[in-house]
Amino acid sequence: MIISIASGKGGTGKTTIATNLAFSLARKGHNLQLLDCDVEEPNAHIFIKPEVEIREPVFFNVPQIDEEKCTYCGECAKICAYNALFVTKGKVMLFPQLCHSCGGCSYFCPQNAISEIGHEIGEIQAGSAYGIEFAYGKLNIGEIVAPPLIKKLKKRIDENKVVIIDAPPGTSCPVIEAVKGSDFCLLVTEPTPFGLNDLKLAVEMLKVLKVPFAILINRWNEEYFEIDSYCKKENIPIIMRIPLERKIAEIYSEGNLFSKELPEWQDKFCKLFNSIEGLRK
Amino acid sequence: MKIAISSTGNDLSSQVDPRFGRCQGFIIFDSETSKFEYLPNEAINAAGGAGIKAAQLVVDNGAKVVITGSIGPNAFNVLAGAGIDIYGGVTGTVQSVIDNYKAGKLQKVNQATNGPGAKGNI
Repeated sequence: MIISIASGKGGTGKTTIATNLAFSLARKGHNLQLLDCDVEEPNAHIFIKPEVEIREPVFFNVPQIDEEKCTYCGECAKICAYNALFVTKGKVMLFPQLCHSCGGCSYFCPQNAISEIGHEIGEIQAGSAYGIEFAYGKLNIGEIVAPPLIKKLKKRIDENKVVIIDAPPGTSCPVIEAVKGSDFCLLVTEPTPFGLNDLKLAVEMLKVLKVPFAILINRWNEEYFEIDSYCKKENIPIIMRIPLERKIAEIYSEGNLFSKELPEWQDKFCKLFNSIEGLRK
Repeated sequence: MKIAISSTGNDLSSQVDPRFGRCQGFIIFDSETSKFEYLPNEAINAAGGAGIKAAQLVVDNGAKVVITGSIGPNAFNVLAGAGIDIYGGVTGTVQSVIDNYKAGKLQKVNQATNGPGAKGNI
């Protein structure tokens, strides 16, 4: 079963939930895999502290121009939807960071002057800790196209295990790449107008992706109930609330798992998993 | 010689658009005939690489000089690579900018003035 943890808004606690859920389930004997797909800002490893056993560079194809064949007609720059190519007299400039590897430029080049070469965009690191099989992707600095790295990371998914995917924040391409194909998505939100606004966007995204989902309210307090009203109106289950507690924040700020130091939370996370299984059926 | 000025409107009384890549459009002014045309900027809503696309537009239209407010590193690199003179930090109406250019009062820029990679502005 693949469970992704997404949020719409950044800083709501996706990584906290993903890592503590993984830890608690592994403690209770589940065969567990955790993939940190927030490749622009991976941080689950800070809490899991795995021994890195595998490092694998990830490449994707970008155009290579044969200047002997090129007539500088500019067709490639014209068809590039992402403006990765610039052509002037006697010169073609490529911005590999902007390339989405669609292959259109090489397909439409009238001179057949374009081939494809691998461009390194990042790295996958894998290892294990607490009985969790853990892997994360790390996009190189300056690279802006994350989905190919996420796709590669998701190739590691072992369907026989409980797979937890820590998705990036927001609702853009990297999030969709991370969440699609999940059996269930847990949306983490915070009780603020910003949390609610971005939660609504994430809900719309999941409806399009046709992934079943439920809500977890992190840093829950008894002051802001707009999320409850929204979920009630939309008929979305709220399956867990983690209160705004100083102790939890302190453990987090030291880079530790709060379910490890406050073991009563392990049962709560296992119950959360049971609710997810129940909702899936 | 053709001069491209990033512009908020389609005539010489328009203000210079402070952005290059995402400006409203370009006034392409011919310094020999004093005639001009207005090019809407196709790159204004580009998801990425707006500076590169805008630069492609002015180069394809034969401009040899670009006058704008601020210019990012990608646009700067392609324009400089195409041998185009870039004048940045410019404000006022397009007409006043053309007059200042002719009078030699504008400052050429040697590097991008904004965006990642621009010196002193991260």
